[in-house]
Amino acid sequence: MNPAFSVIFLTTLIGVGQGLFLALFTAQTYALFGILPEQDSVGFYAYGSLLALVFMAAGLIASFFHLGHPERAWRSAAMWRTSWLSREVIVLPAFMGVLFLYGLAHLLDWKQVLLTLPTGLSINVTVALGMLGTLLAFALFVCTGMIYACLRFLREWHTPLTIINYILLGGASGFTLATIFAAYAAPALAGFFAGWAMIITLCGLVGRAASLFRNARLKPRSTLQTAIGVKHPRIVQKSQGFMGGSFNTREFFHGQTPALLRSIKWMFLLCVFVLPIFFLVSGLATASAALLLLAFAVQYIGLLAERWFFFAQANHPQNLYYQVVS
Amino acid sequence: MTQLALVIDLNVCVGCHACVTSCKEWNTSGPAGAMSDERPYDVNPTGNFFNRVQTFEVGEFPNTETVHFPKSCLHCEDPPCVPVCPTGASYKRKEDGIVLVDYDKCIGCKYCSWACPYGVREIDEKQKVMKKCTLCVDRIYDQSLPEAERKPACVMACPTSARLFGDVHDPESVVSKAIRESGGYPLMPEWGTQPANHYLPRRKTRLRIHEDELERTDNPLKIDRQLPKPDMAEPSLDDVTSW
Repeated sequence: MNPAFSVIFLTTLIGVGQGLFLALFTAQTYALFGILPEQDSVGFYAYGSLLALVFMAAGLIASFFHLGHPERAWRSAAMWRTSWLSREVIVLPAFMGVLFLYGLAHLLDWKQVLLTLPTGLSINVTVALGMLGTLLAFALFVCTGMIYACLRFLREWHTPLTIINYILLGGASGFTLATIFAAYAAPALAGFFAGWAMIITLCGLVGRAASLFRNARLKPRSTLQTAIGVKHPRIVQKSQGFMGGSFNTREFFHGQTPALLRSIKWMFLLCVFVLPIFFLVSGLATASAALLLLAFAVQYIGLLAERWFFFAQANHPQNLYYQVVS
Repeated sequence: MTQLALVIDLNVCVGCHACVTSCKEWNTSGPAGAMSDERPYDVNPTGNFFNRVQTFEVGEFPNTETVHFPKSCLHCEDPPCVPVCPTGASYKRKEDGIVLVDYDKCIGCKYCSWACPYGVREIDEKQKVMKKCTLCVDRIYDQSLPEAERKPACVMACPTSARLFGDVHDPESVVSKAIRESGGYPLMPEWGTQPANHYLPRRKTRLRIHEDELERTDNPLKIDRQLPKPDMAEPSLDDVTSW
């Protein structure tokens, strides 16, 4: 496939936003159980939610550049019964709405207790909104991943690893961003977020390595023989029917050399998984916010490369019909 | 249930591209608007087409065969492009099984083209909507046309009658008979899309001519002894010879 930058930005930006929200609510849950100290409602949770919301909005804006008719985008909520894209279109604004309310609840200090558990734990408005937001954040990860994983003949994508990796990579970048945010807003939590960021990043490495390993061993199910239905071992295309290119040659071929693909792969493995851990550890050790910021920046750039590679690696069966100009 | 479809006979297709040009001509002139082209008279011309003819060489020289392969939407019975559409712009008609795009609902997200393994959907770069073969739905039901012309433009244009059109669910239709009797097959059956369009394979054509079929035994010239002509070496009368 030919990677579209609108989709690359959409999936990486909302991944960061979802991950950051999950990080914030993880800290709040820990605080609820008294494991972590309570944080300032406005300075930490409200501004943190705003930061997550900025990333979500940026992703949403990027997605519009993928559409031929952005003014008709509202129509895309219609087919949620069958289309994962439609489900994402519904869950994305729903999550953003809950995220907004979560931030607002913290900003306005809505701490009304909704119910008290038998253990004495009190669930207030922000906790309830946080739980709903967590549910929606994971639902959004599943929707985004399933858009690709449900296409059964794009076999590089048609695996549960696609969804797992969207969750892990979004989570990793979100927790890395939470580390740098905490370094400014709640220094006591920086170590907590950095620890989780490193754990999720390492899990992401396992997940992404598994998908790379799997995809390298895929055998194409469609061949030129099944594509045109001629059962002969040697078939060569002599003409694809036109010379100046078409949608089929532009949309489904990335046009890059295998060498470039390989270097992008090693680059993202380095930038998404190795360097951020190094910068996080050294940033914490030296108490340097600049190094933590570098950890997030490098990981985000790496994720752009990772997503580019994710699209470029998928080999569409229609490409069998477009191998020779003439 | 009707399922209209094309059956394309690869044994007689000569790769003339008449179906490609007539398809473009009919569909670019329709009420849905033009199928846009870019740089049509310049270098690297490109544009929107519903139908393409490709050419493949099968076998190893000198034992090769050239297969011309027309490719358009196969109007799958289980079209993978339809359920993925977020707006419902892509749909399969219940009454005749044609897979269509509602150009007024399409948001141009291209997701359906990703979901089609055959690569038969093309975005119109000017209208920014996904377009595909309609089986000339604006032609096959047109009561103002003579009944014999209520067929897709590509079928009308084919000079070798390589394209058949009809209902593949009707066992007595010309297409069903062709599929049944000439070994019609679907493309990429491994994905379970059940394409309605079928292709008829190449067939070996052998002509056996016997010696006695070349020479007519009751040729009147033979009766008149004008044939066969006597050999040069045969003795002949002075001044009277067949030479």
